[in-house]
Amino acid sequence: MISLNARRQFANKFNLLASLVTMIVGLAALGWILWTLVAYGLHGVSLDMFTKMTPPPGSSGGLLNAIVGSLLMTLVATLVGTPIGILAGTYLAEFGQRGWLAPSTRFINDILLSAPSIVIGLFVYEVYVISTGHFSGWAGSFALSLIVIPVVVRTTENMLKLVPDSLREAAAALGSPQWKIVSMITWRASKAGMLTGVLLAVARISGETAPLLFTALNNQFWSTNMNAPMANLPVVIFQMAMSPYDDWHNLAWAGALLITFAVLGLSVTARILFRQQSSSH
Amino acid sequence: MNQPMDHSTKISLRNLNFYYGKTLALKNINLEIPERQVTAFIGPSGCGKSTLLRTMNRMYDLYPGQRAEGEILLDGDNILEKGTDLNKLRARVGMVFQKPTPFPMSIYDNIAFGIKLYESMKRSAMDERVEWALKKAALWNEVKDKLNQSGYSLSGGQQQRLCIARGIAVKPDVLLLDEPASALDPISTARIEELVHELKTDYTIAIVTHNMQQAARVSDFTAYMYLGEMIEFGKTDLVFTNPKQKATEDYITGKFG
Repeated sequence: MISLNARRQFANKFNLLASLVTMIVGLAALGWILWTLVAYGLHGVSLDMFTKMTPPPGSSGGLLNAIVGSLLMTLVATLVGTPIGILAGTYLAEFGQRGWLAPSTRFINDILLSAPSIVIGLFVYEVYVISTGHFSGWAGSFALSLIVIPVVVRTTENMLKLVPDSLREAAAALGSPQWKIVSMITWRASKAGMLTGVLLAVARISGETAPLLFTALNNQFWSTNMNAPMANLPVVIFQMAMSPYDDWHNLAWAGALLITFAVLGLSVTARILFRQQSSSH
Repeated sequence: MNQPMDHSTKISLRNLNFYYGKTLALKNINLEIPERQVTAFIGPSGCGKSTLLRTMNRMYDLYPGQRAEGEILLDGDNILEKGTDLNKLRARVGMVFQKPTPFPMSIYDNIAFGIKLYESMKRSAMDERVEWALKKAALWNEVKDKLNQSGYSLSGGQQQRLCIARGIAVKPDVLLLDEPASALDPISTARIEELVHELKTDYTIAIVTHNMQQAARVSDFTAYMYLGEMIEFGKTDLVFTNPKQKATEDYITGKFG
């Protein structure tokens, strides 16, 4: 019979070891992906990437039109999705204690959050692309904003729920109406977290391919016309990677590297902002 | 028994019952809180003293499922009546909580926040009001050079005095203090108690405390509560030296609680 203490010691060591191993497995996979990306992608990175348009097969070129298209659509989707997401999340956290509206909204939002993004692409194709008769940058932005909204709703609600009720009570005790409690106190107390949520959403949509395939499609040429089909990095990467040409493969790797490090940079920035915020309180 | 004779009444509670959902937490409370005096509420944990305090500015209204029955007359008007403007009520009946709750903004803005809700004034007048409130709360000398710093940069005791200053700044009639010193060290506690003593010249104060010495030191009237009932209410001197009820005596002498 092993003593109780020895058994606890063993359980402790075993669980510690197990969690260490799983952590290493997870990190190794991430490291491997990043390494492959850098190894293949660096090859294709050049100044041309930022100055030239996507090339026809067999000739050299860059990704400028795709980079600009991605930036434009991400920007519009974020500008549209963020206010809706923040206001809806605020409603859920601050105003929705009573009644059926908030629980059902939360439920639907969760479904939207986990919906495959290709479904969102098809939806926008049905309601927007077919009725306008052509693919467009607006349609792409619309689809991406539908991905932004549930992410922002969820993070906003979670961050606001972290604000202690004592702070709301303190403001209410001064005679503050609820909209002022929200806009002056709780938003302020959780702005770093809410900003992180928005950046997460941006990171999420900047790599989405499926919703753009049916909406923005692609464009071989320079275009900032949101009413026309628009080039974008994910779809360009997809098409180039599927092609038989080595030049295109290199460019696809370089594009993937670009997206990944842009998103990484964004996340790191969010972390730094978050840390500065929480230490200044 | 529940009528302090020689002071006019500020708040009077009549047949007050309070429910958390279906649980009855306050049972038929009758009480007259005298104007410009300090009234202390003592009793063991869970006796309803904080709940009672939170009925007087209808703080409980923030939460679904909590409700009060009976009457609470503030200067003769029943604040439990439907249609009472809760924001105006709370501007008249201020509250300070157990844990300091500075807002996530500068010391200056912490004070100005409440004032701006009901008054618009020039910057210079606002400066004066902020200084007045901070002086009143005995915090001015410690913060006058760093009004633009975050309220979180202060110590716990200073934060609590900031919250009191914030409560005073809107010039309420009544101040409700819910164990304002229980999270503070003895020196900060002594300062808060001094402050309570000074503030009663202008405000009616109701204070909930776990600390019976504190109740004896700061209050003019004391109410002893147990299991949601008002057991005894009277002048603090009398309640502590010559309690009428056996239960009160047991509690304040430490036999129970």
